[in-house]
Amino acid sequence: MSSYLLEIIVLIGGLVLLLIEAFISPKQKFKVAYTGIFILGIALFCLFFAKKGFSTENTELTRFYAFDSLAVFFKGFTIVATILALLLSLEYRKTLSKFTANPDSEDGTGEYYCLFLFACAGMMWMASAKDLVSIFVALELTTITSYILVGFMRRNVGSLEAGVKFLILGALSTGFLVYGIAWIYGATGTTDLALIGDQITEKNSTYLLFGLALILISLAFKVGAVPMHLWIPDVYQGAPTPTTAFLSIASKASGFVIMIRVIEPFLDSELGSKVAFILAVLAGATILLGNLAAIPQTNFKRLLAYSSIANAGFILMPLAAWNAGNDLTSKEVVAFYLAIYLIMTFAAFFILVVIHRNTGSDDISAFEGLGQRHPVLALMTAIIIGALAGLPLTAGFWGKFLAFKMAVTGGLWVPVVLGFIGVAAGFYYYFQIIRAMYWRNSLDESPIKISPLSLNIIAVLTVIVVILGIWPQPVYWLVGG
Amino acid sequence: MSLILILIPILAAVAILMGGKAKSLATGAAALNLILGLGSVFSWNHGVWDLSLQVLSKPSIHLALGFYDGMSVIMVILSVLVLFTAVMSGKCPEGREKLWYSSILLIGAGALGAFLSTDLFFFYAFHELALIPTFLMIGMLGSGERKEAAWKITIYLSLGSIILLAGLIWLVAASGSETWLFKDLLASSIDAETQSGIAALLIIGFGILISLFPFHSWAAPAYASAPAPVAMLHAGVLKKFGLYGLIRLYPMVSIGMQDWLGWLIVLLLGNILWVGFVTINQKRLDMMLGNSSVMHMGYIFLAFAALVQAGSSEANPLAIPAAVVLMFAHGISIALLFMLTDTIRRKTGTVELAELGGLAKAAPRLAFLFGLGAMASIGLPGLANFSGEVLVFLSGFNGYTGNGLGCVQIATILALWGVVISAVYMLRAYRQTFQGPSVAHTNSDHVKDFGPFCQIPAAILAIALLVVGIYPNSLLHLLKKEPAPSLETEQASN
Repeated sequence: MSSYLLEIIVLIGGLVLLLIEAFISPKQKFKVAYTGIFILGIALFCLFFAKKGFSTENTELTRFYAFDSLAVFFKGFTIVATILALLLSLEYRKTLSKFTANPDSEDGTGEYYCLFLFACAGMMWMASAKDLVSIFVALELTTITSYILVGFMRRNVGSLEAGVKFLILGALSTGFLVYGIAWIYGATGTTDLALIGDQITEKNSTYLLFGLALILISLAFKVGAVPMHLWIPDVYQGAPTPTTAFLSIASKASGFVIMIRVIEPFLDSELGSKVAFILAVLAGATILLGNLAAIPQTNFKRLLAYSSIANAGFILMPLAAWNAGNDLTSKEVVAFYLAIYLIMTFAAFFILVVIHRNTGSDDISAFEGLGQRHPVLALMTAIIIGALAGLPLTAGFWGKFLAFKMAVTGGLWVPVVLGFIGVAAGFYYYFQIIRAMYWRNSLDESPIKISPLSLNIIAVLTVIVVILGIWPQPVYWLVGG
Repeated sequence: MSLILILIPILAAVAILMGGKAKSLATGAAALNLILGLGSVFSWNHGVWDLSLQVLSKPSIHLALGFYDGMSVIMVILSVLVLFTAVMSGKCPEGREKLWYSSILLIGAGALGAFLSTDLFFFYAFHELALIPTFLMIGMLGSGERKEAAWKITIYLSLGSIILLAGLIWLVAASGSETWLFKDLLASSIDAETQSGIAALLIIGFGILISLFPFHSWAAPAYASAPAPVAMLHAGVLKKFGLYGLIRLYPMVSIGMQDWLGWLIVLLLGNILWVGFVTINQKRLDMMLGNSSVMHMGYIFLAFAALVQAGSSEANPLAIPAAVVLMFAHGISIALLFMLTDTIRRKTGTVELAELGGLAKAAPRLAFLFGLGAMASIGLPGLANFSGEVLVFLSGFNGYTGNGLGCVQIATILALWGVVISAVYMLRAYRQTFQGPSVAHTNSDHVKDFGPFCQIPAAILAIALLVVGIYPNSLLHLLKKEPAPSLETEQASN
């Protein structure tokens, strides 16, 4: 069986769902999301329980398509992230339906769920793409879907503004990508990344580095790193919350897979130290900017946006300290970090949606008095926030710990120092939430209402965060290291 | 086995959060821990307490617990004593029992975890576990300017922890050790130049946590506004984490520490003399105690400085026992004093020294116990702190062979002046509070003495002070034992 059947399941499923959606009555639109989750569940099942049954041999796609442990992990990652994003959309659909053609009916929310499946198929392909052409095609499938997802609430000015900003900057970054690919193709005569690795010589290094720099700029847009980070706060704040969560987790992760695929041949070649230096500069600048700019934020969604930039910086650190040896490899650390980042960030977005539904606000001040209004939710929020800040004995600590360990081993002293400054700043801005929850009182003393679905998901994610905090080894099993 | 000591308070805290009877669960768990902790004295070096589970393969990190050596045993005894008395003291505000008792238990669990860890990583992590409820308790249930104090301690200690973590990661990376276990780390060696940088990070990181001058300004306000059990646990137990860590890791950076000896001396004299004078000037009993606790850290640092000057625990065999005994004594005495200060606050409604007076007539038992704690804190012979302080001063000169006075010796002479300073502020505070004519809210119509039940925790701590004071060997013999009995048996079999 060919492994790209996985993408086909998701893609065909999405198309069929879109057709069926047209015939579903407005009140039943949520069933589209459940069906989508079911389709993704099948894909996930096939991925994990039939992993050995898949192969890429004897197919025409072998040249473009890798099915290694990295690809398997990130395919699973994308599917899980999409399932969680769909669940989050179900919780968010009240807000979503306010801004559709027919306000306050769920007419026009069905397409929203289907779009996630297309984006998911694109990202799954990105996890396997090993040729510059297939990278570009997969990336575009995802990006174009994301434009719609961001601007979906088209009668909401914020969402619309976010959509336009995202579109313009996204198109610019695509331009960088194509231009970079052109330079690399010109210098080596191939788009296959494995062959490019053999073609790197002293002679063509200037062209290659220029092309690589252009591609890195475009990927920085995708993962939200300096110098292409400016869109993140506005787009994250304006977009519907499930889209924000999806962009900040799944989209970032697939950006990093592609980054790994593209830079790997360069880092293993004689240009390695130069490329690593560029990455170290990007990592240091991203960490510093993301964390320091997060300090004055008063809006939780915007805070998460800056935190997303900051995390991109922390993930760049192990890449800059490239290690492909048999000990802990950079790829494993990146995958490990992202897996944990997925759990805690999704939990934070679920909490945000619950708070938003109850208070109508995304501000940090909306958390005031949560300690009294819903003690259990407050406790779980405290654990998740602690994990995001990187407290020991929560999962969040291990990601940062491994990233730092990698960087210390690699001797990246400047990014490490900046990283520690960033973590210290992180304590400050994340703890503002805890301070608001427990030390301040809200004018509104009524209890917070939370749906059983949200409560269960947040509880499960929190428990995972705590268990992985004490025993992180299971993440390695998934990473396949 | 050691996992039980940590799990009991954690499980009790979870049960309380789930809706169990807060006070009885907490007291029961703390009492059980006290029995187990004291019982461990007799069995700590038989392998039964050891546990090692690998939680991460690359880098190799173990959830490894057990008594690494006699110092761990002493710190565990300190923790269980203070945890038990902290649970029984203080008054929980109406309706906040869940938060109050579960936080106390979690702080205790974190402290026990740190002292029982034989893996550097969990040693660090458990301490953080204890800090979070500390911050929350001060911010939510503290008194006075609790929010400012809580925010300040949060920022300071988080920063300290991060600097410390940087030092620890560097330490492990430089050592080339395969695992984070103490035994592997201490068996490895680091080249001298790297040691210097690591030592600086460790001094600053641990220093902030211990309230080393000039990173001490978080301590007094936080203790003053913290609820009594939290002040007892933090000042008495958690703060010792830093000193414990410095002494534990010292052999790995013994050369690097030499570079910072001069700085260390200046800073510890800042603790003893500068903070000492600041303490004299305090107008409130709780602020005075907070500052005095900062000041007494200077003595323990002095013993550490003597260790650094000597270069190894073999060259100055007195230094580590001196530091450990004083850590224990200070932990017990400061916990006793914070507990009684809270009692005074509740009985009279104030801790302003100017508004107190003549309390001894209305509450003689309270006056006696407070007097005992104050005398211990000054260093009166017969009480535990005296044993510690004498050992510290002796260690300052022990094994010193240089010409004339070295910096540690000069510091020791100056530090002796600290005893006079503590006598001044402690005796003055005692006189202001308990002697002289009674005022309206301290006379016997208004204030009742300790009930028999409330006396128990204070009496436990007082007995501990007396036992160690009269017979310091009760602790010292633990430090003399060889840390690895398995080694002896191996030699015997050879």
